[in-house]
Amino acid sequence: MAVLAVAALVALALLTARPVETFVVLPSADGHIGTVVVQRGENRQVLSQPYAASLFGEAQVAHLSPTQVESTYGATLHALPSRPASFLLYFTTGTDELTEDSKPELERMLAAMRARPQADVIVIGHTDTVGEALANDELSAQRAERVKGFLIGIGIAGERIRTAGRGERELLVPTADEVDEPKNRRVEINVR
Amino acid sequence: MRATLAAILFLASAAAVAADAGEIKVVNGSAYLERAGERLQLKAGMPVREADVVVTGANGTVGITFADNSLLSIGPNSNFTIERFVFNSTTHAGQFDSRLNKGTLAGVSGKIVKQSPEAMRVHTPSAIMGVRGTEFAVQVGDKH
Repeated sequence: MAVLAVAALVALALLTARPVETFVVLPSADGHIGTVVVQRGENRQVLSQPYAASLFGEAQVAHLSPTQVESTYGATLHALPSRPASFLLYFTTGTDELTEDSKPELERMLAAMRARPQADVIVIGHTDTVGEALANDELSAQRAERVKGFLIGIGIAGERIRTAGRGERELLVPTADEVDEPKNRRVEINVR
Repeated sequence: MRATLAAILFLASAAAVAADAGEIKVVNGSAYLERAGERLQLKAGMPVREADVVVTGANGTVGITFADNSLLSIGPNSNFTIERFVFNSTTHAGQFDSRLNKGTLAGVSGKIVKQSPEAMRVHTPSAIMGVRGTEFAVQVGDKH
């Protein structure tokens, strides 16, 4: 009797189209493992291990093999754009002259641009903690605009460059407020 | 006071120009974009916006880099919508909602998630995934 019931269930499962809605966490290129939270109605699953997966109709967290991930998502993963690369440039105070240390960094940035078929650039200004936070937002944006001008001057198309000013929110060297720290007065370039 | 007002005006204008959510970086095989009822051929370098729908054929894949450095790729036989993309490049505050109706999606989170965990969400027909960080993949389909 029990065997018959199981056989009937298997037959039913084979006949019915079952929705597939799978979410899986992947190890990142640098080995870091992230976390995603999957909410299905009342059911909430936290996936925080490599290849941990949430499957439709299953309350338990599943685990996929790298082979399963490759077979389902290989072509999709292959289409991910290049990871954005980050470069730091320093200028001699009050000038548009790169410091000596920043010249090889500029070369590395240009190489990263050449390596990407549709490269675009975000120039991000950062300040130290001297002055009002809002004024530093503006100062960092102006610094980014000046560096955009510098990049256009060395031949990068202006429409491929955007700018941002982070003010004193992202200190490279953590300091108290009102500290003059040259390492924090920098321009970061994201090549994407 | 004047300096403060100038700063506020400046921030308002910085937010206003951020209309493009991201840019198409990779296109393979057959893929197109639906925008305001029109069907546009996808090509690398094309900007994408809120409400854009990416549709791929049997051999189509598409890769997109977003303004906050999030990356997404859409696999073959897929239908994917950018529902909401808001990003403030000064504060990194933002919200990124997308929907996979069908097919496969892979992603790497960006600056929005670093600032506000789970502010990047992928919706499917019966679930919502909040991303707290790094890399993931999603599949929506039918198994017979």
